[in-house]
Amino acid sequence: MSGAGLPVTARGLARGFGGPPVLRGLDLHVPAGQFLAVVGRSGSGKSTLLRLLGGLDRPDAGRVTRGGGDEAADARTRVMFQEPRLLPWASVLGNVAVGLGAKPGPDGEARAREALERVGLAERASEWPEGLSGGQKSRVALARALVSRPGLLLLDEPLGALDALTRIRMQGLVEAAWRRDGFTALLVTHDVSEAVALADRIVLIDGGAVALDLAVDLPRPRRRGSGAALESAILDRLLDPSARPAS
Amino acid sequence: MQGSMSEVERRAAPPTGGGSASRAAAPGRTGAAAAGRLGRSRHAGWLLPAAVVAAWQVASSAGVLSDAVLPAPSAVAAAGWQLTRSGELPHHMGVSFLRAVAGLAVGGSIGFALGLANGLSRLSDRLTDTTLQMARNVPHLALIPLVILWFGIGEEAKLVLVALGVFFPVYVNTLHGIRTVDPKLIEMGRCYGMTRFALFRRIVLPGALPSVFVGLRFALGVMWLTLIVAETIAAQSGIGYMAMQARDFLQTDVIVLAIAIYAALGKLADGVTRSLERRCLAWHPAFRA
Ligand SMILES: Nc1ncnc2c1ncn2[C@@H]1O[C@H](COP(=O)(O)OP(=O)(O)OP(=O)(O)O)[C@@H](O)[C@H]1O
Ligand SMILES: [Mg+2]
Repeated sequence: MSGAGLPVTARGLARGFGGPPVLRGLDLHVPAGQFLAVVGRSGSGKSTLLRLLGGLDRPDAGRVTRGGGDEAADARTRVMFQEPRLLPWASVLGNVAVGLGAKPGPDGEARAREALERVGLAERASEWPEGLSGGQKSRVALARALVSRPGLLLLDEPLGALDALTRIRMQGLVEAAWRRDGFTALLVTHDVSEAVALADRIVLIDGGAVALDLAVDLPRPRRRGSGAALESAILDRLLDPSARPAS
Repeated sequence: MQGSMSEVERRAAPPTGGGSASRAAAPGRTGAAAAGRLGRSRHAGWLLPAAVVAAWQVASSAGVLSDAVLPAPSAVAAAGWQLTRSGELPHHMGVSFLRAVAGLAVGGSIGFALGLANGLSRLSDRLTDTTLQMARNVPHLALIPLVILWFGIGEEAKLVLVALGVFFPVYVNTLHGIRTVDPKLIEMGRCYGMTRFALFRRIVLPGALPSVFVGLRFALGVMWLTLIVAETIAAQSGIGYMAMQARDFLQTDVIVLAIAIYAALGKLADGVTRSLERRCLAWHPAFRA
């Protein structure tokens, strides 16, 4: 398995659900291996964009191209949802193995174990997910997303429900995996400081399009608070009353 | 939690008196401990039936209960022993058991298959669900006259009635189980590259299983009820038939024996379902052994 990231390109994406359109002609190019954070007000269409980029939903207009745009790109795309979405009837290890896809191969179990080890849950492999804490479930979901060495990882606020400490730990795990495997990462988040801590680039979605596109030129590993100026600039833009409110 | 409590207790106990002495001094706590032990015991459920049988035996022996109303448990046991030796009881029990199992197998598998079909295919659902929901509201025992007219009082009649009775609970609950599988899990499976068959086997079926078991439990109740009625009305063998014959000869002990056997068979079926549930639903917190 190559660890190379998949580039993603969206051209003129439009999507609505009956009311006013949520996305209106959004253009976005994410180069291979980039860590992109998507921020925006609640209801601005971040999840809608992520679902379109991940192929979970179809646009009304426009197109999404992942990698070469072939079937292989589908198998190399992984999504981490807002909830862990673990199968309650499969063991922790079985849940990680789901990430191997339709053809796990002969070394599938060993790879699932390795992925579980990376998130520090090797000794819980044979348990039911029900007995895990919220943070541990998120780690299993992360192991499941990473076990197949994806080229593109889409994260829709997967850490939203975690306490501050667990969150920081998970951010560390995500960043470490990204640095090691070199996948393209797209993180939707409410938390601007999380975006500044992790991303190479931050885009702000407003009015159905990219309203702000900022590079984060901070050396890694980043210290907490090192991007305070950038963070407050984005927050100001998010809270700006003169900007159009999200429909 | 419990460990730390006793730790505190031990430390709070006066140095001269041991922990057991101070505990014996508090009868309320001893009673609570006994109740706790009882609650954890697997056999606690048999306490009440055993007490009822004992009280009943005492009342019969003391002459409070007349034999014509309710024979003593010992008399019922004696009747059971005698009928077992004559081979009558095993024969009737075997016949009833086979009828129950055959009816459950036929009706249950049709209900399960149709539940799956209608849960998975919109076309199948459109075609059949309305009809089935209408038929569900007809009490199946109302069909007894028609079934006897069609099949006489042979085995087919009993099979049809039991199968009809168990069909609906299994069908309705299988369908409900499939419809209520978490769509978020299905979306996850799809986006992680599961084929349609893998989605069914790994997400839809296990997700629907708890509900299928609820249907099976309902079906078992309906199965015995139907069988008792059918055997009482139209049969020449089986426990129900044995009880009806005993009525003609005023053998209350055999009648009570038949009732006790139904209770025992019902309990057995329940036990089998429970162990199946514990095996198939081990992941479910409600079925942890
Ligand atoms: N499946 C759907 N059906 C109907 N409306 C939808 C659907 N998905 C999204 N919407 C609507 O689209 C708009 C954008 O939703 P989306 O979930 O993309 O927002 P978001 O930016 O992710 O918000 P949040 O930060 O609260 O998660 C909302 O108004 C929402 O009601
Ligand atoms: Mg969202």
